[in-house]
Amino acid sequence: MTNEAIIQLKDIDVTFQNKGQTVTAVKNVSLTVNRGDIYGVVGYSGAGKSTLVRVINRLQRPTAGTVEVSGQNILDLSSKELRTARTKIGMIFQHFNLMTSRTIADNVDYPLKGSKLSRAERKQKVAHLLDLVGLSEKAEDYPAQLSGGQKQRVAIARALANDPEILISDEATSALDPKTTSSILELLKRLNKELGLTVVLITHEMEAVKEICNKVAVMDAGEIIERGDLVTIFSKPDKPLTQDFINTATQINQAMEKIYKQAGTLGLDDHHILVQLQYVGATADAPLITELYKRYSVVSNILYGNVEILQDTPLGNLIVVMAGEPDQLNEAWTYCEDAGINVTQLDPNSEVA
Amino acid sequence: MLAKYFPNAVTMKGDFIQATWETLYMTFFTAVVAGIIGMAIGIGLIVTQPGGILENRVVYNILDKLVNLCRSIPFVILLAVIAPLTRLIVETAIGTTAAIVPLVIGSAPFYARQIQNALAEVDRGVIEAAESVGSGPIAIIFRVYLREGLPDIIRSSVLTLISLIDLTAMAGAIGGGGLGNLAINVGYSRFESDVTVGAMLIILVIVFAIQLIGDFWARKVDHA
Repeated sequence: MTNEAIIQLKDIDVTFQNKGQTVTAVKNVSLTVNRGDIYGVVGYSGAGKSTLVRVINRLQRPTAGTVEVSGQNILDLSSKELRTARTKIGMIFQHFNLMTSRTIADNVDYPLKGSKLSRAERKQKVAHLLDLVGLSEKAEDYPAQLSGGQKQRVAIARALANDPEILISDEATSALDPKTTSSILELLKRLNKELGLTVVLITHEMEAVKEICNKVAVMDAGEIIERGDLVTIFSKPDKPLTQDFINTATQINQAMEKIYKQAGTLGLDDHHILVQLQYVGATADAPLITELYKRYSVVSNILYGNVEILQDTPLGNLIVVMAGEPDQLNEAWTYCEDAGINVTQLDPNSEVA
Repeated sequence: MLAKYFPNAVTMKGDFIQATWETLYMTFFTAVVAGIIGMAIGIGLIVTQPGGILENRVVYNILDKLVNLCRSIPFVILLAVIAPLTRLIVETAIGTTAAIVPLVIGSAPFYARQIQNALAEVDRGVIEAAESVGSGPIAIIFRVYLREGLPDIIRSSVLTLISLIDLTAMAGAIGGGGLGNLAINVGYSRFESDVTVGAMLIILVIVFAIQLIGDFWARKVDHA
């Protein structure tokens, strides 16, 4: 991964006029995506994600701001120059948007019709692209005969036809089942590695981001409220919305809810505290629990444990009941924090975010 | 047998052939001219409509109002009203060729609306996908709209063609010739109702044939 910026959005505003009212879809957003990034943009529907990424290939002209892609100022281009620039920015969609009247091969060939390739070269290219997405044997089928995951693969092949440097994925996995979603995400990751493709991934599912992105931005009401590299955002989310997304993705919310429901059976008092331990990196959890017992005679009862591997970095979450003398518990707490573990006391009477 | 049920018609074989020919002649030339005009206006409406690929409020409103205006005039009245225009274009206001002018004006706006509806069915997302790979307006019209909309375009064309045959019968009644003329001015006026029925049967055959071919073709190109 280099640090060369390939997409630079600066101070982007997008407003729409709707029945005399001005609706602001994107508010003062700046975003830099580096070459080779898989950049996730997360937010609930209506947050302005799709509008924001449509600015990148000028499917949406921003009301204010500047857009630079591969060193070109996209907003200054003539229609003809814009069309050429767009061939280098692939895009895939939630509903695939394939042409039902064309075969799979013909759909993939469509973007090549304007290119200088000969008929034979185009045929070869289409075959290569279909092979890349694993759909060679479906070349002569029509989209209606394919499953959702297969359609999205065709859409990816089409988006890659003109060898783009950037692929924009607009909720591309949102209409797919979890297993198909994983396989599409795997494919995107492979393309990122093998072709050096920069990917901008819009989604409302943090799970998708967790699986393949190296950077993430969280959008709410047209603004980016938090951004950073994946591990940092996952280990130290700042904004409540970000925490909400992450807790949904790691399923820690569900665990907490279950634990809170049976809080009575935990027998919590000054000698028993319910805590969440969160650690990043190689800090192994088993030695920690033994250490706590050996040093402070604190017994930890693990109620829930989860380890996510993000960008080859483990991110662990434990919910434990620590039992011991109050002083000892305090010392154990300090010990954990010194070891770089994030400790939060949980209150079973509170609401789960 | 034929002579028993169609006593007058059998003696008018030449008239029937002539009338059928005239009907087909009017239908064919009107279809070509009105087809081109209607297609152009229909495409114009779809691309200039709000949110279209060449959004243009002024052009859209002009086309929209024009289509509505032409479609509001009953055809029988249109025939009479535009007689001067017809005379200007084909130098006569009566006869088969003269009938083509009002037929075009009567059917082109109808066809334009049909085309507009057919193309409106083309998924906006597919248009956006084409834009995202760098297609310009011309490519989108010919390679996406007309291609993706083809099954619906064929179905609308069949509908328009059949209503056009209906119009030729009406134009025939006021001097355009054709099967309509034969059915009304010969069959009905002379109380030779077998001639009327005979003309009607021929029209039915033509309509069924168009419907059959159209349906088959539309099904063949529809892969949705």
